Amino acid sequence: MNDPGLKDIWVYLSASPLLGLTITLVAYGLAYRLYLRTNSNPLANPVVTSVAMLIGLLLLTDTSYNDYFEGGQFVHFLLGPATVALAVPLYQQFSRLRQLWMPVTISLLCGVVIAAGSSIWLARIFGGSFEIQMSLAPKSATAPVAMGISEKIGGLPSLTAVLVVITGITGAVLGTKLFEWIRVKDDTAKGIAMGVAAHGIGTARAFQVSNQMGAFSGLAMALSAFATAVLVPWLVDWMQALF
Amino acid sequence: MQFLNGITLLLVYQLVGEVTVRLLGVPIPGPVLGMVMLFITLWIRGSTPESVETASTGLLSHLSLLFVPAGVGMMAHFSRIADEWLPITLALLLSTIITMVATALVMQLTTRWLVVSSAKEGQDHE
Repeated sequence: MNDPGLKDIWVYLSASPLLGLTITLVAYGLAYRLYLRTNSNPLANPVVTSVAMLIGLLLLTDTSYNDYFEGGQFVHFLLGPATVALAVPLYQQFSRLRQLWMPVTISLLCGVVIAAGSSIWLARIFGGSFEIQMSLAPKSATAPVAMGISEKIGGLPSLTAVLVVITGITGAVLGTKLFEWIRVKDDTAKGIAMGVAAHGIGTARAFQVSNQMGAFSGLAMALSAFATAVLVPWLVDWMQALF
Repeated sequence: MQFLNGITLLLVYQLVGEVTVRLLGVPIPGPVLGMVMLFITLWIRGSTPESVETASTGLLSHLSLLFVPAGVGMMAHFSRIADEWLPITLALLLSTIITMVATALVMQLTTRWLVVSSAKEGQDHE
């Protein structure tokens, strides 16, 4: 009677958000330590390692994603206030931004159209279904925005959330190397490109390079969320009619 | 207390953003509108209150953590991704590279063409 047994403890834990939340933070903590160990090598991006650890753990214990998300949602929820918080670094870069508003506007519009247009087009020529094309279209926008757009244009919102994260990781991992190859040195240009292509995960990486790159990346992420929401449904109609 | 005040303010802006977006039926996410409103507030005020700065630094310093639960969602889509892994992988990878390269080059070129002459004086003072 006073021996609850492992099974009862497991039944309690799997029904409570405590476990999902705790393992998310522990996995990220370990992944972040590993990242620092490798001297912030972008290949050891903490999102990749923690997601891999968590998926492995959930598969091993036969836990469903929905059960995990009972706890994970508390972390996921903070994406909202974190988006609002981007106003602060943005405001701190205000004078630089005012100087650069023209180039920023032009590159943002180009970037948003290229991001959505190229993913639809590439998915199509490599034989992806309509659902996949539409789930990929908003992949460069930040998660909550991309999910809303995906739903509107006929994609699968939850698949889009995953593609958004993979896109962000890809951008964060490749970004600094790519900029080196094409010889772009300005932190402002690097930041804008990172924010447009790789939203919040790219922005997190950009803040590690410099405060200015982070602020411009955050700005690009916020403005391209706007631009994606307005332009992508229209771009999809247009591409459907044309091809 | 600073952190608590700051986070409360961020949530208030998000809430107002979400409500406004729904009332007006605009296709913009609530948090993005909240960010714009907070930016305008800081601009009018002329400085960032310490509480907001503390909360914002705290949240943004581990921004990647917040994407982890969505990333784990991959496991719910394994079969779908396995079925169409080729178009997904190629489209995602190439499109991300093209977007990043094109945007960085456009930004660098337009900055040189449009701003360099007028910015030169400004940068000398920095």
